[in-house]
Amino acid sequence: MPDLTFSSFVKKALARREATLILLLVVLLVPISIRSPQFLSAKNISTILNDMAILAIVAIGEFYVILSNGIDLSVGSIIAFTGMATGMINQADHGFPPILLLCVGMGIGLLMGLFNGVLVAYGKIPPIITTLGTVNIYRGMTFLLSGGTWVTADEMGTAYVGFPRHTFLGISNLLWIAFLVIAVFYYFSRFSRTGREVYAIGGNPTAAKFVGVNESRIRVVVFLISGMLCGLAGALWTARYASAVNEMATGFEMQAVAACVLGGVNFSGGSGGIIGVVLGTLFLGVVTNALPVVYLSVFWQTFVQGLIILIALTLNTVSDQRKMKKLLAQRRG
Amino acid sequence: MAEKTDLVAKGRLIDEMSIKNRLIEFFTQWEVLLSIIFVLVFVFFTFRTPYFLDWFNLMNATFQFSEKAIMALPMIFIIMCGDIDISIASIIALCAYAVGNAAQGGASIPSLIFIALLVGTLAGLFNGIMITSLEMPAIAVTLATQSIFRGISVGLLGDQARTKFPTNFGFFGQEFIPGTVIPFEFVLYLLVMLLFAFILHKTTYGRRLYAIGNSAEAARFSGIKVKKMRVINFTLTGFFCGLTSILLASRILSVRSNIATGWDLEIITLVVLGGVAITGGKGSVYGVFIGSMLVGYMKFGMGLLKFSGTLMTIVIGSLLIIAVLLPRLLDLYKANRKLRLQQERRE
Repeated sequence: MPDLTFSSFVKKALARREATLILLLVVLLVPISIRSPQFLSAKNISTILNDMAILAIVAIGEFYVILSNGIDLSVGSIIAFTGMATGMINQADHGFPPILLLCVGMGIGLLMGLFNGVLVAYGKIPPIITTLGTVNIYRGMTFLLSGGTWVTADEMGTAYVGFPRHTFLGISNLLWIAFLVIAVFYYFSRFSRTGREVYAIGGNPTAAKFVGVNESRIRVVVFLISGMLCGLAGALWTARYASAVNEMATGFEMQAVAACVLGGVNFSGGSGGIIGVVLGTLFLGVVTNALPVVYLSVFWQTFVQGLIILIALTLNTVSDQRKMKKLLAQRRG
Repeated sequence: MAEKTDLVAKGRLIDEMSIKNRLIEFFTQWEVLLSIIFVLVFVFFTFRTPYFLDWFNLMNATFQFSEKAIMALPMIFIIMCGDIDISIASIIALCAYAVGNAAQGGASIPSLIFIALLVGTLAGLFNGIMITSLEMPAIAVTLATQSIFRGISVGLLGDQARTKFPTNFGFFGQEFIPGTVIPFEFVLYLLVMLLFAFILHKTTYGRRLYAIGNSAEAARFSGIKVKKMRVINFTLTGFFCGLTSILLASRILSVRSNIATGWDLEIITLVVLGGVAITGGKGSVYGVFIGSMLVGYMKFGMGLLKFSGTLMTIVIGSLLIIAVLLPRLLDLYKANRKLRLQQERRE
């Protein structure tokens, strides 16, 4: 039974990855904002948040797959296909309601995720191989769908292009959607039965099976979530960048995985949380955005991101191993 | 695995099998199936276009896949041990940057080769040490180093290109063996392939790789230095990244920071398509060889038939999934068959 007293809650919260990340963010923000005070202006903060919103949505999908001890390399291609599909629908009919386009995107994403999930769960193909295959297949399908052409800004309806930018209560629709996704999946991972079963399968598949968790079902569910969120992200991507290109979101899977690693998600599955992933995404965004402030060329962005991932990974591993040692020592008495 | 515990019994069973059973046993091996597909693809393209079965064309086509095929070989070792390396394309880019930069400064060809191999080896060693010293998952570490290695070349090179090379530098990636139509690259690939086949199938090092792949724990208990071997695998891969960067830079005679982008997944695809199990412990150099040739010549043939490269990516992606799904179905079929045979014997 979980310990529910307040003091133990505080203690646990401080020992968690999320607290470390918030602390790191603050440590990072202080010198940056001293150096360039406009970094913390409302405008810049909203820019950073809007830039990271799509990544956060995709990273949450990736989080569930990694949580179940898998990996989804096909996210970039799913984004491209759904983005291209919604872009072409919009090109054909400017009046098509943006909300419906998002739903179409999610629907297509669900189907693509279903294909991944069925291959993993019932074909018993390792997730990395399945998605390595489908990353090619879906990208190829994007080219086939578009015939190699683009959907450019002037071919798209203003309602759709404007949709992510429109504000409601001073916050853009894009951010509202991201908040909604975060809230829904926070609830899902913390309080729903299926959400907890994903943790169980990732942590110890054998034990989970013994307590009656349907492993195949969970494996399909995680890919469905990932596919659906990628579909949503694809539809938003096309609207936000006002174009649908065949090569869009190439390599985005690496960014999504990076956000998860930064958020403290364990690659062997079974540990990590949505808040951590969101903070990881935010951290990535702040660092990327801060490079010009410290007079580092944008070309160094990739390097800095890689370095941060490596450091985060090392920290994760060291703290995990320390925890294991402590547990072992406790067991020995 | 049950299959391994009764190897002797299985051998006896095969001895007692009828010719029909033996044929089924033979043709359900992935390498054999792959070879059959390869032959079928060759026959198909020969009938569809007169330009396919042409000695010069066939040899010229190897320029397009020799480099990736070379990289697939050390990758076998890594995947055989249950690891993975998704940073190889970035290491190639880093080496290519070093080569391009040194060439700009007027370095000679031997020193260029030395620089490429050195940078590649060090990068691979860094991967190996990071992964084994803290027991971090290879995919996560190489994901990070993928950005780091690529990031160094992007950071230093920016949007610039290095295009100044010594006069004879083009030999490695563009020229043929004198007096023949066989590209130097392809001959080099065949030599490296034989070397890897020898190491994997004829030396204790190779047998130990299989042992680690099947159970790293058991391998460690039987005295195999698992960590050391894994570091060697990554270092070796880094070394060949250096070699490949020379071939690549020599072939296109221009180094940009986005060089070899996306090769990681393509090369892993070749290895898995060749029948190496992603979980380790299963596969052969011959399978990867045939797999690489199959993909290479399918691309070439489809190009001749004016299929778009897009269709090719779909075909390769599907092949990859089939390559894993089919042996599984075959194993299932074999297991059922074995059961039936045993029952028949009992009766």
